[in-house]
Amino acid sequence: MNSIAIRCQHLSKKFSGVQAVDGVTLNLHEGHFLALLGPSGCGKTTTLRLLAGFEAPDEGEIAIGGQVVNGPGVFVPPERRSVGMVFQEYALFPHLSVADNVAYGIPKEIDKKERVHEALSLVGLANVATRMPYELSGGQQQRVALARAMAPRPQLILLDEPFSNLDAGLRTQVRAEVRQILRKAHATVIFVTHDQEEALSLADEVAVMMDGHIAQTDTPQKLYRHPINKQVATFLGNANFLPGQISNGQVTCELGRLPTSGIHTGPVEVMLRPEDLLLVPDELGAAEIVNREYFGHDQLIRVRLSSGSQLQSRLLGSEGDFYPGQRVGLKVRDSVVIYPV
Amino acid sequence: MTVTNPKLSNTTFGVQSIWTRNRPIYRPPLFLWLAALTVAVLAILPLGYLIIRAAGAGYEKVWNILLRPRTHEILFGSAGLALSVTLLSIVIGVTLAWLTVRTDLPGRKFWAVATILPLVIPSYVGAFTLISAFGPRGLVQGWLEPFGVERLPSIYGFPGALLALTLFTYPYILLSVRAALHGLDPSLEEAARSLGRSPFQVFREITLPHLRPSILAGALLVALYTLSDFGAVSMLRFDSFTRAIYMQYSASFDRSVAAVLALLLVGLTLVILIFEHRMRSKARYYRSSSGTVRPATPVKLGKWRWPALAFCSFIALLGLVTPLLVIGYWLARGISAGEPLNLQPAIVFNSVVASGAAGVVAIFAAIPVTVLAIRFPGLVSRGLEKCVYIGYALPGIVIALSLVFFGANYALFLYQTIFLLIFAYVVRFLPQAIGSARASLLQVSPRLEEASRNLGRTPIQTLSSITVPLIRPGLVTGLALVFLTAMKELPATLLLGPTGFSTMATRIWDTTEEAFFAQASVPALLLVMVSAVAVWLILSQEEKRARQ
Repeated sequence: MNSIAIRCQHLSKKFSGVQAVDGVTLNLHEGHFLALLGPSGCGKTTTLRLLAGFEAPDEGEIAIGGQVVNGPGVFVPPERRSVGMVFQEYALFPHLSVADNVAYGIPKEIDKKERVHEALSLVGLANVATRMPYELSGGQQQRVALARAMAPRPQLILLDEPFSNLDAGLRTQVRAEVRQILRKAHATVIFVTHDQEEALSLADEVAVMMDGHIAQTDTPQKLYRHPINKQVATFLGNANFLPGQISNGQVTCELGRLPTSGIHTGPVEVMLRPEDLLLVPDELGAAEIVNREYFGHDQLIRVRLSSGSQLQSRLLGSEGDFYPGQRVGLKVRDSVVIYPV
Repeated sequence: MTVTNPKLSNTTFGVQSIWTRNRPIYRPPLFLWLAALTVAVLAILPLGYLIIRAAGAGYEKVWNILLRPRTHEILFGSAGLALSVTLLSIVIGVTLAWLTVRTDLPGRKFWAVATILPLVIPSYVGAFTLISAFGPRGLVQGWLEPFGVERLPSIYGFPGALLALTLFTYPYILLSVRAALHGLDPSLEEAARSLGRSPFQVFREITLPHLRPSILAGALLVALYTLSDFGAVSMLRFDSFTRAIYMQYSASFDRSVAAVLALLLVGLTLVILIFEHRMRSKARYYRSSSGTVRPATPVKLGKWRWPALAFCSFIALLGLVTPLLVIGYWLARGISAGEPLNLQPAIVFNSVVASGAAGVVAIFAAIPVTVLAIRFPGLVSRGLEKCVYIGYALPGIVIALSLVFFGANYALFLYQTIFLLIFAYVVRFLPQAIGSARASLLQVSPRLEEASRNLGRTPIQTLSSITVPLIRPGLVTGLALVFLTAMKELPATLLLGPTGFSTMATRIWDTTEEAFFAQASVPALLLVMVSAVAVWLILSQEEKRARQ
């Protein structure tokens, strides 16, 4: 395992009475790619700005590469943090050419020409070095901003909602490119996003931030399959909830006795993703179909149980043809997640 | 990334310089504070010293001066003139704005330009042309003599001052009201019509309330200009504050009278500023909708277009044609009489050097104040900015008077040098420099400065390599504005210019005092051209601001 590149402990920051960041603790290993995911206003951008040194925390400590940059009596100004940042609106200097933008942060003792070429080649833009920022497309500006942040070889690269300014068609493509570039450079990266799909598909680790603190940090798969609470579960995608009772490692609910990894006993709430709920046409089935949205490669079907509660099921487009009023039987594909009530 | 940054590993966090330790980015760097503080202190120095000086005369003396009937005459005279000029300007400005924006007046575009142009004539140049045209034994009387007209009504005193100042300042109101009319959504007026109101009722109940903020903004400029004007009222022999202060100062035996009068004038200016502020907070309620609006259907003037045309012609004739004709007449007469035009290059040189230096200094002073106020908003930084705006409320003669006292008592090495004059220009016109620097800086995203810090540059390096280059257009405009306005400045130049130091402005003053109008014509023409450029700059800047 690589050594820890970033360590944040109990970071807190208040803005005129509003607690923007409330006790954030975060560790990141060298070469890892962390997504800071949360709804707007959850404090994720403030956390990023604390790391960059644009704001000072009221409390807490930040260490980058083992050196404390924020802590009791210590504040290292942004220019001496070795943190590169890609801003949401790119913040390319409009009066400097692409090459001069990239050269701007390279320390004097280094051959700037070579480093600029290297950085621009890495992002595939060596051919536009002499252009001015306004002559570039949005995607190109994005990559120049990335090259500029990487050129000084910082210990950490921060990306603030890096893809939100790109239109949907371009976004997927740029996303993959950026991911590849940063991988190639073995960069340690934190990026902020409110888009759960973006976070899950790009990051090694995702930290879900809510109301100023980090609710859960995990790999994308663990996070999606085993969200720590109902809030995280619903933020990361669709989720069905049912009341249940636990005994002997199994949970009993309206769908029957289901295996679970939880270790509680007593009343719980059962969470299962729509894709874990299978439907089987059955005249005597326990559920009735309420409606169906057919998307092509998949379909979303809402069913009503005899208790009146409704569940969602996501099936492949090819997994059967359903119609409202049809009776179906239910099967659960995997073990379910439970939350104590 | 496995490569460590040499910069970071070389830094021992315990021994950072005191400039950066515990100094988060949102707290301004010390050098910025110090620079802005210095500028603010220097900007309030003239007023501060004037207060000290007036207070030094003693309670009883000040009281005596305040109680003199002569003081009241001046106070009511000045206030009355400011009020009359403002009201008359509102009537003329609003009428012309409405005629040129909202009606089918023949040649609206032409009249719009012709009625805005009097703005480029400095009021004292305008006053001298009016005296030359309508004064005793003036041009008009000369033409009328064959018809037996022996005397024209006197141009001197209140009527002349009212005429001159109104003619050359009403365009401020015309401009702001025109802009407001362009931005007013015609559907509001149409709605009122459909609800059963007559066109006149609509104008009174809908249009006029919407124009209030713009009338107020223009009226403020007119009132402040009238109060601070020295050249026109003096040439037209109207006893306003500025003239009385100058005469008290020239008589020179008791200068505390001049100081007290100057403070009273500042007080009057402040009353107007406060009044405007109150009215503005009320008027905000009426702000018209933003965004582009559909042009209104022009009002058909019908037979009214003849009086409307006559009105426009009359104003343009007095405010634009007369001054230009008179200047042209004296220029031609001077040349044909073989009189030397008497504009030594030294005079132009003096004007350019003094105003150019003022422009450069003003820009350097504007940078720290503006950056501090915009990037680090807070009570103190905003307070500093307010201090610097004081020049806006200080008439040139007040600043000059205070600096004369100050120079003679505390800074003899500066007294009677061009430096004190440049300082006065800077204090007076710094608000213009800050205004354009401010507008530019507001267009620059603070993310750019953060990006620079993030890429390893210190606050000073960031200011010089990112902020200043990006606001350069605004700085250049500000410099040009200060340069052009300082060149027209009269009272401070008269009081503070070293002995024998003449500029184009003082040249016009000297020669018209002795009625050598021909000798005033060349500098007058030059100053009209200079102020035409200044007006064009201000207008294009406002247009740019409006578009963003």
